[in-house]
Amino acid sequence: MRRYSLEKFARLLENIIYSPSRNRKIELLVEYYKQTNDPDRGFAVALITNSLKLSSIRSTNLKQIIKSKVDPILFDLSYDYVGDMAETISLLWPFKKKKKLCTLSYFINFFHENSKLQVEKFLISQLDKASTTERWAIIKLFTGGLRIGVSEKNAKVSLSKFGNVNLDQIEKIWHGFSPPYVKLFSWLEKGGPIPKIDILKTFHPMMLADQIDLKNDFRKLSPDDFEAEWKWDGIRVQLIISDTETVIFSRNGDNITNSFPELRFKTNRNVVLDGELLVGGDLNPTSFNDLQQRLNRKKVSKGILQKFPAFIKLYDILFQDFKDLRSMKFSSRREILENWYNSNKQDNLDLSSIIFFENWKDLTKVRNKFLQSSNIYEGIMLKKKNSIYYNGRPKGMWYKWKRDPKSVDAVLMYAQRGHGKRSSYYSDYTFGVLDGKNLVPIGKAYSGYTNEELDKLDKFVRKNTIQKFGPVREVEKTLVFEIAFDSISKSKRHKSGLALRFPRISKIRWDKSPEEIEDLKRIKDFYKLS
Amino acid sequence: MHLLDYRLNIVPINVFIDPQYPVEKAIITHAHADHAKPGHKKVLGTKETLEIMKLRYGKTCAGEFQYINYGQKIQIDDVSITLYPAGHIIGSSQVLLEYKNHKIVVTGDYKTKKDTTATSFELVKCNTLVTEATFGLPIFKHPDPNKEVRKILDSIKINNDKDHLIGVYALGKAQRLIKLFRENGFDETIFIHGALNKICNYYEDKGINLGKLKMLTKDSFDIEPKIILAPPSALKDRWSRRFKKKIISQASGWMNIKQRVKQSLIEIPLVISDHADWNELTKTISNCGAENIWVTHGREEGLVHWCTRKGLNAKPLSIKGRDEEI
Ligand SMILES: [Zn+2]
Ligand SMILES: [Zn+2]
Repeated sequence: MRRYSLEKFARLLENIIYSPSRNRKIELLVEYYKQTNDPDRGFAVALITNSLKLSSIRSTNLKQIIKSKVDPILFDLSYDYVGDMAETISLLWPFKKKKKLCTLSYFINFFHENSKLQVEKFLISQLDKASTTERWAIIKLFTGGLRIGVSEKNAKVSLSKFGNVNLDQIEKIWHGFSPPYVKLFSWLEKGGPIPKIDILKTFHPMMLADQIDLKNDFRKLSPDDFEAEWKWDGIRVQLIISDTETVIFSRNGDNITNSFPELRFKTNRNVVLDGELLVGGDLNPTSFNDLQQRLNRKKVSKGILQKFPAFIKLYDILFQDFKDLRSMKFSSRREILENWYNSNKQDNLDLSSIIFFENWKDLTKVRNKFLQSSNIYEGIMLKKKNSIYYNGRPKGMWYKWKRDPKSVDAVLMYAQRGHGKRSSYYSDYTFGVLDGKNLVPIGKAYSGYTNEELDKLDKFVRKNTIQKFGPVREVEKTLVFEIAFDSISKSKRHKSGLALRFPRISKIRWDKSPEEIEDLKRIKDFYKLS
Repeated sequence: MHLLDYRLNIVPINVFIDPQYPVEKAIITHAHADHAKPGHKKVLGTKETLEIMKLRYGKTCAGEFQYINYGQKIQIDDVSITLYPAGHIIGSSQVLLEYKNHKIVVTGDYKTKKDTTATSFELVKCNTLVTEATFGLPIFKHPDPNKEVRKILDSIKINNDKDHLIGVYALGKAQRLIKLFRENGFDETIFIHGALNKICNYYEDKGINLGKLKMLTKDSFDIEPKIILAPPSALKDRWSRRFKKKIISQASGWMNIKQRVKQSLIEIPLVISDHADWNELTKTISNCGAENIWVTHGREEGLVHWCTRKGLNAKPLSIKGRDEEI
């Protein structure tokens, strides 16, 4: 059964991308789990859900290898036509005789255990033995993201179907396992009690809020059913405090504890908490720009620590002394949280306060007043008093009522092919504003347009191309976008000296001329960033 | 004076090859719509090409029809014209022009691979080759078509509760695919969309046996699962919604590009083409002996580059409306 493991995995990927329906993809996965042994099937899940990265070889290495094997100009033309690196290389790789490949787990272990040079040699030997589809699958494995249309959620659904268990059960323990998930598969296959996970070391899926629909939701919602809280403009975290250690996870489950050495807490009872990580002295948050000075840093200098001290505002509690509180209602959890907080007061830890209000009009007034006075609020959160702590984003439980977006008029400068479904479209746009007489790029947008608009934009790009650089086209600088964004900050990484947060196209201004776009200096003055 | 200009006008005698607009005199390489247009005063071509034109556009689609056999030389003033089989579809031809010791071959659409529904391609030596380039990039290497049709034959065994809808062009591809099914042992009735009926009958009349075919009518939709051939446009149309349980397939040379398959929501891609792939294109260029290569009909840039590398004089020749696979 193990003999043709990598071949089988390649066939699985190919079948999945050719299956238009979500259900069919899930069926194919279930079928695959049944016919595949450990640890290969677990590695397959890890690869599909992007929880395993084989990064020692980059696609640029492979591009060099293929360019030494085939005419580089024909390679470039082919790549421009196909739009996908793995697929182009797999189609151009000089064909040799098809021979048996190694197993999936052997392949992965080889990547992890050997030097880059050895890995490269091994990879070439496997590609030489592979069919076109197998080559495509192999290259996909390490060129980042399989993009085969199976989300992590769908992978979990397939596991729940395979084991005939509830999806929620899998969600709750998922982060307690790591690839190749042998224990998880053993439970799914043979049954028995739910496998235990280490609650104090595991990220627990977070509950997320729906965007509020101003027109419809407020009319239907009763203010008595809801509590309101500030939505702080920091990063959402999960905080685990035990008598031996503090662990901080980002909302995606990345462990970010080491970036915040000042956040080490004591407790009289083990707890898993939900909160917002912010920067500022004496528990007074400053802007998101300041917080950015602390993100993605491997080492934290003393100077930075003093200038941008971090702290956490607590929203919620999930576990206390190994007791799962998630099935309790919000108001009861809040009570437990307050009790814990009051008996564990310490530096760098604060409780996010509840906003008192009588009715929606009241709350609107408060919101407008505070949001105007300071940029430390991202908006208001509304939480249903009787909501249990769900995994993910349930309907009608929590709402976020965000600050109205800011916007700027900018001109389209470059366009790049998208990925997956959009790989035949120029769907990723770089836009710029005036810097004196020149244009300077200030950001990229991938969203905000409808499918019809995408069609038009794609046509515009193809018709107005001035130059091509691989998958990127430089276009005639004539098309104006209204770009919406959540906030703006100074940035050394960008030529413009600015970085936009969540930029997206809010309107395509076919009507506007590029003379009407914004000027860099005016933007800097307006947002006090000069 | 040039013998042939970029519009494929044979200048000394003012005869166009596959012109896009009505002209006095035209040579038609084959009956696909991007080559055969109605409205010319006089058309020359193989019997099959001109008969299919009449079948599709009506008996008066040209003022005068002159049939030419493969290999039969026609002299017009100083230019002699001979048609050779192109292996693309029934009646398809290459055009050899001879003028003052200079030989030009216009390949039209062609393939060199085996196809029992078309006369096999014949290599013609020449000084200048005007080649098509539908699949003029090295990513295009068409596999054995027998292996491709077996994908469907395997699938109908496993998915025996589903209709298999296969997108094919009505002229050429449909008949070749049916023939391939027969050659691989499938002798049950194959169902065809109404748009395919006329041409299938024509092939039958020409002695190409396609086996049991049945045109789909309103009352034949609900009968047991079947293989159905239809134009690709019908698969995206409301027409295909009548089939409740179905697997969508398409036979085309583009089907080797996974992204393209995925975008078209094709579940079983059949990489079968009536055009030459990269290897066939480059081999023909090498073997025909021509030192001048004009490249048209598709991805010219790659093939021009390849020719230039080989020390040949090559240039692209763009003709509007011809870069898809017909
Ligand atoms: Zn054509
Ligand atoms: Zn054709």
